[in-house]
Amino acid sequence: MLEVRHVSWAAPDGEQILRDVSLTVPDGGLTVITGPNGGGKTTLAKVIAGLETPSSGEIFLNGKDITALDATERARAGISFAFQQPVRFQGFTVKRLLELAAGNELTEKQVCRLLSRVGLCGKEYASRRMDASLSGGESKRIEIAGVLARQSKLSVFDEPEAGIDLWSFQNLIRMFEGEREKRKGALLIISHQERILRIADEIVVIAQGRVQRQGKAARLLPELARNGASCPGCRRKEVDFR
Amino acid sequence: MNSITERLLNLVAGWKGNFTGAYSVRENGQCSELHSTEQIRLVPKKEQPGLEIHILPGTRGEMVSIPACVTHGDVDDLVYNDFFVGEGAEVTIIAGCGVHLETGELARHSGVHRFFLEENAHVVYEEKHVGTGEGEGLRSIDPVTEIHLKRGAVLQMESVQLGGVDRALRKTEARLEAGAKLLIRERILTEGNEEAKTEFEVCMEGQGASADLVSRSVARGNSHQAYRSRIIGNAPCTGHSECDAILAGHGRVDAAPELSANHEEAALIHEAAIGKIAGEQIMKLRTFGLTEEEAEARIIEGFLE
Repeated sequence: MLEVRHVSWAAPDGEQILRDVSLTVPDGGLTVITGPNGGGKTTLAKVIAGLETPSSGEIFLNGKDITALDATERARAGISFAFQQPVRFQGFTVKRLLELAAGNELTEKQVCRLLSRVGLCGKEYASRRMDASLSGGESKRIEIAGVLARQSKLSVFDEPEAGIDLWSFQNLIRMFEGEREKRKGALLIISHQERILRIADEIVVIAQGRVQRQGKAARLLPELARNGASCPGCRRKEVDFR
Repeated sequence: MNSITERLLNLVAGWKGNFTGAYSVRENGQCSELHSTEQIRLVPKKEQPGLEIHILPGTRGEMVSIPACVTHGDVDDLVYNDFFVGEGAEVTIIAGCGVHLETGELARHSGVHRFFLEENAHVVYEEKHVGTGEGEGLRSIDPVTEIHLKRGAVLQMESVQLGGVDRALRKTEARLEAGAKLLIRERILTEGNEEAKTEFEVCMEGQGASADLVSRSVARGNSHQAYRSRIIGNAPCTGHSECDAILAGHGRVDAAPELSANHEEAALIHEAAIGKIAGEQIMKLRTFGLTEEEAEARIIEGFLE
């Protein structure tokens, strides 16, 4: 379980991005942080993963204070983070990147299984280079597979649907549902896609750097889903927070 | 053969007690071992130091190893090796040089290698350069490679220098006839006060010739590297060169690619990128539990793989 207590963070230029944010991410469930663009969602994810240091407040993972731990130490303590913009590495193959994520060598079978969970064929992709020859959607899916490889206590995904095509989006939802069922740890997703909110157990709404709403999805979803228009073709729908 | 030579041979040519195929070992300016096979004859030159290596037409799957070692200071070795590769032959040639120094003097090896490939011959050429020992003198390796590819001939060259060589100047020149193909992969890591210079000049004279030069380098410490390439297309041909360099510490890199297209059907491309490791790459690996130092090491290792 992750607990964020009274966390604040200001950008280097002094702009206050997070203001006294407190929330809890329980184990064995899926929590979605949502809210308008620029509201502080990604910053909060980075603060949780240790990429940014809060100016005040505390963060606890399974009762242990991890506030002072840096990104490396947080990863070792059991936090994984899938970036919104996947990082490319000229020299790594997909297999090598997944091995670095897992912390050990992987068999061909293990690599294939991991990649199949994000809809990629291991035989085709394991030896591909993690460079610009991969499309945005492909590298995004490998970014997600990297987090799955780690089997962490807390897995954080920052807008996992960004850059993913419609066809893969349906499978992504199914993958997260499957993860929620079998995983003991906690899943935390940043998103404003209605379909992702629909599979959440808990929803946290963040706007203007503050937690606006927080509670069971069953209670919050009907209100949130009222806003926003879906695409008449695919019915993909972003929640509108205006 | 002393233990330093044995270790250098292992580093540059994978020697583990013996070589397979034809071989020659050069130690401190002298040829210490020489072995020919039925298909491959190694003949010492009369006029100058070095060998003529004759590979019969149609030879398949054979290997030639001609490593050179300098194991102490005050040696300035210069050798001229010529490879004559017969029509349709397919061979692997392993050269490479190791320089070991315990004193303050100069230890230098310069190998001038000329390759004459007949029609449709295929050569994989590997050269690895290493410097070892605690001596304060300069370990210097200056390879010169001259490549002549007849119609349909292919040469794949892999050149590796991963630290320990204080001064290196690599000069590679190639001339390609119709349908000939040249692939060069170069990987260089310099550290401390090392300097490495690379100069390529590839001239494509025949229709359908192609050249692909890829250089990956890492300059650490106060080291300096300079990359120059010139690809000349005098016929309908394709040429590509790529120079990627990572800077770490106070390392410096110059890259000067040049393309000359003298035929309207010549298609030449150059790509170059120099910079330090992107902060987001380090950060990504830290979210996998690696420290900053471990992340940098893994990225450089992968880049030079």
